[in-house]
Amino acid sequence: MMDLRFRDESTASKVISKLREMDLELRFMHVCGTHQDTLVKFGLERMLSEVGITIGQGPGCPVCVTTTKEVVEAITLARSGVTITVFGDMMAVPTPVGSLADIKAEGADVRVVYSVEDALRMSADVERMVFMAIGFETTSPSTAYALLNEPPKNFSVLSCHRLLPPALVALFSMGEVRIDGLIQPGHVATITGTEIFERFAGPKGVPQVVTGFEPLDLLMGVYMLAKQVKEGRSEVENEYPRVVRPEGNPKARELLSRAFRPVDRAWRGFPVLPLSALEVADDLADHNARLIYEDVLRDAPQVKEDMGGCRCGEVLRGIIRSEECPAFGKGCSPKRPMGPCMVSREGSCNISYRYRE
Amino acid sequence: MPAKILSIKGDEAEVDFGGAIRKTNLSMVKAEVGEYVIIHAGFAIQKVDEEEARETLQLWNEFLDSTKQD
Repeated sequence: MMDLRFRDESTASKVISKLREMDLELRFMHVCGTHQDTLVKFGLERMLSEVGITIGQGPGCPVCVTTTKEVVEAITLARSGVTITVFGDMMAVPTPVGSLADIKAEGADVRVVYSVEDALRMSADVERMVFMAIGFETTSPSTAYALLNEPPKNFSVLSCHRLLPPALVALFSMGEVRIDGLIQPGHVATITGTEIFERFAGPKGVPQVVTGFEPLDLLMGVYMLAKQVKEGRSEVENEYPRVVRPEGNPKARELLSRAFRPVDRAWRGFPVLPLSALEVADDLADHNARLIYEDVLRDAPQVKEDMGGCRCGEVLRGIIRSEECPAFGKGCSPKRPMGPCMVSREGSCNISYRYRE
Repeated sequence: MPAKILSIKGDEAEVDFGGAIRKTNLSMVKAEVGEYVIIHAGFAIQKVDEEEARETLQLWNEFLDSTKQD
């Protein structure tokens, strides 16, 4: 019921005709797999391009931005006999030494979980358990909760959590793509609040709208951005107040600040970004897989991040669209992915492939 | 998609997620039985403000009507 009203077609067509009247040529970016899914699934991408608005996906897919090095860390741990738990989308991410699915087929204990709580429960049945923790501010509080609530002694976390704002800073400072406005991710903002985006606003900034995930949410978000451009404003507006409060979720942020510390880390497609990732806090070192298994990880194969032929990095920086990659739908498909953007259901290549005609 | 809380026991809640009944960790939000929450990776991360949801729909329509002259 609540959902259906947020899909009302007459409102949608009104928004589109408003945008047509505005007669703009704009390039917006969003940073969320769920936004990309809604844009493509409901045909909004095409509707908007007909009224002069293109929207690209930036570095907003957790599986995609995780580096090959991190996947190889998990593979190395699994090969050493540790049980690895991961979200399903990680399984098929290819690396030069295979994927987690490959080594599972070879006999390693790699298990798919839906929540860190599944990993906690499974810890009872295994000798050593590592949860490969991926995701942005939306997901990391659940890992923090697990770390802070007396996890089993044999449970540890390989933290690959990322913070979204540093990637936006990088996008702007690299200056490779024109961004007339940002559709900010509603679920990250649910935790962070909206103020964190103010740094990208103002005279030298860009218009931003924190946006929800129903088709109408996205159309309204786009409309609000277009209106800001037209009126020469660069503000942070909130289209999704039914879920996103200005202050975010302080309880979740408190968990984050106790369980983790921010560290510099490279992202796929990006160089090392300062304070862009979360590492397990020092006083929880007993549950930090990178410290517990330091010796094992020291012998991890050295791999190149560049995956010959795969252009995920450029897709993540918004430089090319998935379909512009020569491998798209040819050498690279969800069944035979060359990179994580084709593996993850939040990856732009996977989404484009799934909904293509 | 928002999930409706059916029952609460400590930090754990049973929710109706579009017809599927699931358990979720409710420790990060203050919500009661009958209210809607947004769930991510097994955890409720925020309560849906139904009042705000209704207002959003109304605002959208007003917003669009008020900009007719643009």
